[in-house]
Amino acid sequence: MMSATQDARTQIPVTVLTGYLGAGKTTLLNRILTENHGQRYAVIVNEFGEVGIDNDLLVESDEEIFEMNNGCICCTVRGDLIRTVQNLMKRKGAFDAIIVETTGVADPAPVAQTFFMDDDVRASARLDAVVAVVDARHVLQRLEDTEEAEDQVAFADVILINKTDLVSAEELANVEARVRAINPYAVLHRSERCGIDIAKVLDRGAFDLDRILSLDPHFLEHGHHADECGPDCDHDHHDHDHGDHDHKHHDHGNGHHHHHEDDPHSVKSISLRAGDLNPDMFFPWINQVTQVQGPNILRMKGILAFSGDPQRYVIQGVHMIVEGDHQRDWKADEPRESRLVFIGRDLNWDVLKSSFQACVA
Amino acid sequence: MPTVAPVDVDGFVVRAGFLKNCAYFASGEGGIILSERGERTLQPHKAGLLAAEPARDGTALITSGDDGRIYRSGTDGSSVLVAERPRKWIDLIASGPSGAVAFASGRTAWVRLEDGREKEFVHERAVGGLAFAPKGLRLAVSRYDGATLWWAGTDGAPVELNWKGAHLGTSFSPDGKYLVTAMQENALHGWRLADGQDMRMTGYPAKVKSFSWSVKGRYLATSGANAAILWPFSGKTGPMGQTPLQLGTRGDNLVSAVACHPKDDVAAVGYQDGMVLMCRFEDNAEVLLRRPGKGPVSTLGWDADGVRLAFGTEAGEAGILGLAD
Repeated sequence: MMSATQDARTQIPVTVLTGYLGAGKTTLLNRILTENHGQRYAVIVNEFGEVGIDNDLLVESDEEIFEMNNGCICCTVRGDLIRTVQNLMKRKGAFDAIIVETTGVADPAPVAQTFFMDDDVRASARLDAVVAVVDARHVLQRLEDTEEAEDQVAFADVILINKTDLVSAEELANVEARVRAINPYAVLHRSERCGIDIAKVLDRGAFDLDRILSLDPHFLEHGHHADECGPDCDHDHHDHDHGDHDHKHHDHGNGHHHHHEDDPHSVKSISLRAGDLNPDMFFPWINQVTQVQGPNILRMKGILAFSGDPQRYVIQGVHMIVEGDHQRDWKADEPRESRLVFIGRDLNWDVLKSSFQACVA
Repeated sequence: MPTVAPVDVDGFVVRAGFLKNCAYFASGEGGIILSERGERTLQPHKAGLLAAEPARDGTALITSGDDGRIYRSGTDGSSVLVAERPRKWIDLIASGPSGAVAFASGRTAWVRLEDGREKEFVHERAVGGLAFAPKGLRLAVSRYDGATLWWAGTDGAPVELNWKGAHLGTSFSPDGKYLVTAMQENALHGWRLADGQDMRMTGYPAKVKSFSWSVKGRYLATSGANAAILWPFSGKTGPMGQTPLQLGTRGDNLVSAVACHPKDDVAAVGYQDGMVLMCRFEDNAEVLLRRPGKGPVSTLGWDADGVRLAFGTEAGEAGILGLAD
């Protein structure tokens, strides 16, 4: 399922807002719509909620999960979005971008997959980013109670920790550590009443292969560096040692990173590294991994060095969908390092690590 | 030589064709352009127009929009509100006998009869397409995992036709013996209605979004491949075990719209690059009707005599192609 990306210039950007009921999705949506940025939006909502949305082009769309007849259990798309996007394309001149507000319990994967699996949607629209709004006061409980909340955090490219004024500094640190433990690669922001520079939410290019610049955890994070890991931080996800003595890069003294790791069903991230890879080994391997473990893989991204290839190869995926392309030449001062990260549930880290190592050139 | 008379349309051409002698072009921006002797534009909808379908008797165009309204517009320039579902986007409509109109949004379909009575048909999953049977007030609703046949005038029990997957656009064969649906996968599905026999028509590289029955329903022409694919329906078993005709094959372009000629075994074939060809079934002879343009051909419609063809593209190009010498 490798394919080159479409021409981004002709595709309408789509931002997906996820988050539990009451987290502040609609507040963020209204902020985006009322900021004076000259953009016209088409807004797709699941239901007209209590809070009004002031926008000319507003569509209600009932969640319709379509399973594909290809034997793949995670290959689901949102039929209602396909239909709505096609209908919107009949008025292409009336808007510049699309925002999809999902219900609090929506699975983000079929939403994202719609933009990769349906040829018509793919030709006209491109997924820019999945933005999760979490409520600082309630998110820890939500994460305990539901898989949806965990999926939303795991799936996000941008996470807005909202209502920070309603929690103490210590509670906020706990929330951030827990969110980070699920998804170290999302850009994380804090806000009160979703007060955030909209540019940090829109036009992220999170699924754009050309914009996979780095896979360092917390890359491009703004505002707070207090508990960042260094770029070499490879949290060993089976390491039950919560101390800092053998983690020289973990000198921030925050012991909460490993919280929840004993739950085998919780979402984890895995980072694999190597030098040059043998493409003849790697491609069959990644295809096999995504075929077999696709249902457990929420997101995957990589920057790869193939032996004899002067260019960086970038790859990204959702469940079983994988796309990759050459990006640009490796720079002279840039170490040729292959990095591949997975965020998923029930992933077998040891097997992934050893089978990945077998792809080394 | 074919002639091209361009018509100005301001947006995506949702549907083009003829009401008697009057050509119509329904734009996604909401306008309905009527072209007979001179042009006029009707604007019944508040904003966008999502679907358009000529009335069975050919006297009016039924349109639906994102204002939740359905209008019936005549060639005299009148527009009458047929039905309204506030806040719903009505993107599927079908016209039936005796002025009946079917429309749908989400999981619900409705039929409005000429006397103003309305019937509601609720489905568990999304409605993907609507079609009236050639005879009688029978409505086919394609849906997720199959199709349902409803009696729109009476309370007879519905017939469920099941096949896994999402079924979108649908059409009865002109003799009423078959129901065909286009699927979310790149395939058509069909049922022989006498016994519910399934028919699977696959091999398309893209979704089938346009289909048209040839004279007397002998063939079903379809888009979705680099040629128009025509499935034979003349035998007792329909297309099963038969090879379809392929007309207007091009190496580098997909067919986006098809329209069979009303009298002869000829089809108009529109492509993604805007080209329109006319192809004869018998020997695959081709006539170029329109050169490539700015966008995919979105709609094609013949007049009753088969001498004029209305076309429209996603990029707002439209016109009337004349075949008369």
